[in-house]
Amino acid sequence: MARLLFALIAGGLFGSGLFISGMTDTTKVQGWLDVFGAWDPTLAFVMGGAMIPMAIAWLVAARLRNSALGTPLPPKSSTTIDRKLILGSLLFGIGWGLAGLCPGPAIASLSFGGPGLWIFVAAMLTGMAVAPFLRTRLDKPVAAE
Amino acid sequence: MEQDWIWGLIGGLLIGTGGAVYLLFNGRIMGASGIIGGLIDGSAGNTKWERIVFLAGVVLMPVILQPLYHEVDPHISENLVVLVIAGLLVGAGTRLANGCTSGHGVCGMSRLSVRGFAATLTYIFAGGVGVLVFRHLLGVI
Repeated sequence: MARLLFALIAGGLFGSGLFISGMTDTTKVQGWLDVFGAWDPTLAFVMGGAMIPMAIAWLVAARLRNSALGTPLPPKSSTTIDRKLILGSLLFGIGWGLAGLCPGPAIASLSFGGPGLWIFVAAMLTGMAVAPFLRTRLDKPVAAE
Repeated sequence: MEQDWIWGLIGGLLIGTGGAVYLLFNGRIMGASGIIGGLIDGSAGNTKWERIVFLAGVVLMPVILQPLYHEVDPHISENLVVLVIAGLLVGAGTRLANGCTSGHGVCGMSRLSVRGFAATLTYIFAGGVGVLVFRHLLGVI
């Protein structure tokens, strides 16, 4: 039960932050990416602000064996930069620029985004369901023709 | 507006605090695409309810905060083709890369993860090129 309570608190903080920061407004996200148009720096402040408590949390976590609720902490981060990471991030970035939405803000906008947003979310969930099959293909070594 | 950056910073601090709570109490990395994707492809295992409750919090808090604002308009595109293609790319791309703006960006870069920096630079670059091409060259957004 405690795990569910803290998951709710974490999700509530995340949703509040996305909403208050303006990241649920696609024009602000596309404005950040629009270097050659009316560039909007807000996203940099959101990212910078978010990294402050998160960096402190990682420093605290490094001194702990388990989480406060006794669950294991995440393992050390991997340093492998593979095709999936780069190709996936390229695809994600293009979609992010096109719609001005990434997964967090898309979910945070569910109550007020209207049918257009729901269509985006349905397509996003479909993409997530397809990803494991693409992953298997990308894991295969490139065949020599 | 002039105060946008202040609200961006305050919102960012809240996002990071959410990530800190999820890490230090639940022992998990707060990545939106991973939390949603695990429910979609069945890899969530015994963390299923933790994820569902987290997402409920993400959806509910904006509902509670909305009355404080005169107008809430996310400016969602009216172009169906754009929405469907963008959704597919965001869904498949974040799951292939194993992270998005929250997982690789906020949580990854703050622990100086090489993968976090590589992913974030890549998707910001692709997003910038995307907006340049689709807005300024093709005029579809």
